[in-house]
Amino acid sequence: MRAPAAALLAILVALGGVVGAREAVPTAQDPVAARRSVELARKLRCLVCQNQSIAESNADLAVDLRRQIDEQIAAGRTDAEIVGFMTDRYGDFVLYQPPLKATTVLLWAGPGLLLLLAVLVLRRALRQQAETPAPVPLTGDERARATRLLREEAAAGRDAAR
Amino acid sequence: MNRYLWPLVAFALLAIVLGVGIKNSKTKGVVASPLIGKAAPDFVLPDLRDPDRPFDSRSMRGKWYVLNVWGTWCVECRAEHAALMAAKASGKLPIVGLNWKDDSAGALGWLAQLGDPYVAVPVDADGRVAIDYGVYGAPETFVIDKQGVIRYKQIGPVTTDALQGKILPLIRELEQG
Repeated sequence: MRAPAAALLAILVALGGVVGAREAVPTAQDPVAARRSVELARKLRCLVCQNQSIAESNADLAVDLRRQIDEQIAAGRTDAEIVGFMTDRYGDFVLYQPPLKATTVLLWAGPGLLLLLAVLVLRRALRQQAETPAPVPLTGDERARATRLLREEAAAGRDAAR
Repeated sequence: MNRYLWPLVAFALLAIVLGVGIKNSKTKGVVASPLIGKAAPDFVLPDLRDPDRPFDSRSMRGKWYVLNVWGTWCVECRAEHAALMAAKASGKLPIVGLNWKDDSAGALGWLAQLGDPYVAVPVDADGRVAIDYGVYGAPETFVIDKQGVIRYKQIGPVTTDALQGKILPLIRELEQG
């Protein structure tokens, strides 16, 4: 590239840097509040896409609820109060992790119970297997008799096939 | 016999659990509202058709009414519109249409084109009032009594069946009780 063109390019790039480029605007929150905000958002379910937390979801409602969380943190509410705000309006289903209650005890204990059941069944099966007597080897007479019977059956089979 | 019994029992239990799950899958995703039986949150919002005259929800005290959450971006809202117009025509139940996170010009156009079943159209531009009502999608419709208590929430479009079969009978029943 020729010198004047290069100089012009350099000037444009420098100006572009000044005019266009900006540092990412830091969030208005301090880092402690920001972390709380994300933690809370992870604990709450987005009710639009119900298998995502509102931290992950891009739904409009998730955006609105994240804003609610930020505002309430700024207003000095505790985590429990903010979660209570959500469950008051949306019920327990908005908690991404279901609370341990009488109605959810089976949900929480279920996998453990099933595992225990499987282990017990397996133990019984293994024990039964261990208890079945090992096959007693044939005596000489019994083996001779078995061989004779098998030969007769094979011969009969060949005759029938002809 | 015992060998075959336990797997059969296990299968039967599994079939029951999965069967119940399939039966309930139609209502899966529908979040029951914890606000039934609680006071409907009061609010003051500008009316779509007359922004200088704000709508105060307390003005609806003393009569049964229905709060319908809608937006022009909501496809199912269009589907329920005919039922709402019919409800308006019957004159039995005033409908307040909360315009949720919508474009006001578009909303006005929609009402002009499809008809306006509402006695008031409060505009919830930032969605705060909707959050207070536990709204998570549109359309959703709340049935509110004379004291301002939410008695029923319809998630999804209000069909004529829902109106005649559930909402109006419920109002009649609660009025008598």
